[in-house]
Amino acid sequence: MSEVAAVLTLAHRDLIKLLRDRARIVSDFAFPLIFIGILGTSLQSGFGSSTGINLLHFVFTGVLAQTIWQSTALGVISLLMDREQDFSQEIFVSPISRYSIIFGKILGESLVAFPQFIAILAFGIILGVPFTLEKIVALIPAALIIAVYGGAFGVLVLSRLENQRQANQIFPFVMLPQFFLAGIFNPIQNLPWFLDILSKIAPMRYAVDLMRDVYYAGGPSVPIFDLPTNLAIIGVEFLVFIVVGTAGFVRAERNR
Amino acid sequence: MIHLDGLTKRYKKTDRNAVDGISFDVRAGEFFALLGPNGAGKTTMISILTTTLSPTGGTASIDGHDIVREASAVRRIVGIIFQRPSLDMNLTAEENVRFHAILYGLYPYAPTYGLMPAAYREQVQGLAALLGIAAELRKPMRTFSGGMRRKLEIVRSLMHRPKVLFLDEPTAGLDVPSRRTLWEYLTTIRRESGTTVFLTTHYLEEAEEADTICIIDQGKVVSFGTPDRIKSDLVQEYVLVDAEDRGRLREELARLELRSDGGGPFRVHVDSRHTHAALKAIDTPLTLVRTHMPSLEDAYLEIVGKVSE
Repeated sequence: MSEVAAVLTLAHRDLIKLLRDRARIVSDFAFPLIFIGILGTSLQSGFGSSTGINLLHFVFTGVLAQTIWQSTALGVISLLMDREQDFSQEIFVSPISRYSIIFGKILGESLVAFPQFIAILAFGIILGVPFTLEKIVALIPAALIIAVYGGAFGVLVLSRLENQRQANQIFPFVMLPQFFLAGIFNPIQNLPWFLDILSKIAPMRYAVDLMRDVYYAGGPSVPIFDLPTNLAIIGVEFLVFIVVGTAGFVRAERNR
Repeated sequence: MIHLDGLTKRYKKTDRNAVDGISFDVRAGEFFALLGPNGAGKTTMISILTTTLSPTGGTASIDGHDIVREASAVRRIVGIIFQRPSLDMNLTAEENVRFHAILYGLYPYAPTYGLMPAAYREQVQGLAALLGIAAELRKPMRTFSGGMRRKLEIVRSLMHRPKVLFLDEPTAGLDVPSRRTLWEYLTTIRRESGTTVFLTTHYLEEAEEADTICIIDQGKVVSFGTPDRIKSDLVQEYVLVDAEDRGRLREELARLELRSDGGGPFRVHVDSRHTHAALKAIDTPLTLVRTHMPSLEDAYLEIVGKVSE
């Protein structure tokens, strides 16, 4: 019971911290809005007619998934960075299980990602991305799955890092290529074989594809895999990331 | 209460032990001060004892619980004040306290202060009254002064009634008045709660109040004992004397079997209780008499200086 209370407390803290940090709210929302508003709109007006799909909708669904996934992944990785700051120090010496710390952090970062989800959705509607109420309702569980999946990926990365410097160094290699391998802005159906392999390894790809499964349900065949396939892959990867990541994290944490 | 046996820690990719085979015991209720220059291994030791870092050799236990095998039990009975503030600045004072209380399983989770059990609210009001911050309890932590933040951390760390309170340079970064009031407050708390206090510091005047001082440098114990014992063991008290007729004085000191060195002035090694008798016994007219009684600071500098030479 006290472990559940601890998980809820950690999650609660993350949410409060977001809501009271105006600078972070602005920066968290600015990037997706720039991607969708500028990149999506300009791609659509430049190439939209030649591709046969609406590139604004395509970029919108990609950025929506990417933002949520990356927000929780980075949020969890920040556990490493702020282990020696503020209340995080208290968390590590408290009698709660290390697993509760991980789950609390994933839950908290998922809650933090949720307002971003709402904001991007609202922005999409303003830009004229078509929605039905059913579609919006269906996107909510998809967003939650993506958030938790991103959190699990964060745990895996976290378990391999020793300090913030390392995190900063590997970040461009872990996150940036995935933007393109996951097909957020660019179709990835016809990649050369080596990029195709890399793309299939990139976890963000399945988050993006899942979001498109839900958004394009009953419409154009934009997604690569169908919903059950993406869910199955995400489910398996989630379990592997969580188990390997948490075990590695707990061990690395004490054997510095 | 705390037992260390050959405790050793070598960080990865380093070629010397940060903590090098340290053994000692701390009794229940004792005020124990771990003293040493920067990089001596003080924080490493606290991290190991509070179970956030694994030792690479030796064993340690707190209240009979092994710090490696029974880490969770150890965490339950210790409190810690970190070198760097461990309060969230965007959270209110009350939220900082509430989250601590829930993490230690003292109260069930509730999303707001109003929904927390009455017992919790009473306890918090009591703490706030003690610190004189009842009106500011719901204000963000960043509006508090450095000294007040430290006090709140101490109050918070005592909520789960730890048997041992670790304080890792708790007054670092505080101005002199804040340091003094914090220290008085801590002394009162210690007297009332009977908690064993394990302090690391490089401020000597803080350690001078301790029951036991352990001085470490480069991971090794260089001195251990009461403040008085450390003083008397490590820095010699002496009387500096001189006379116009140095030859006669030297002979007389030898005849009186007073141990001395120097070719004049002479350092006569007598402790303060025997100074008077020693001086009375000397017949040679003296031109200089100066007693040297080291402070703990002298002792400390002497020890640390010796080690690094």
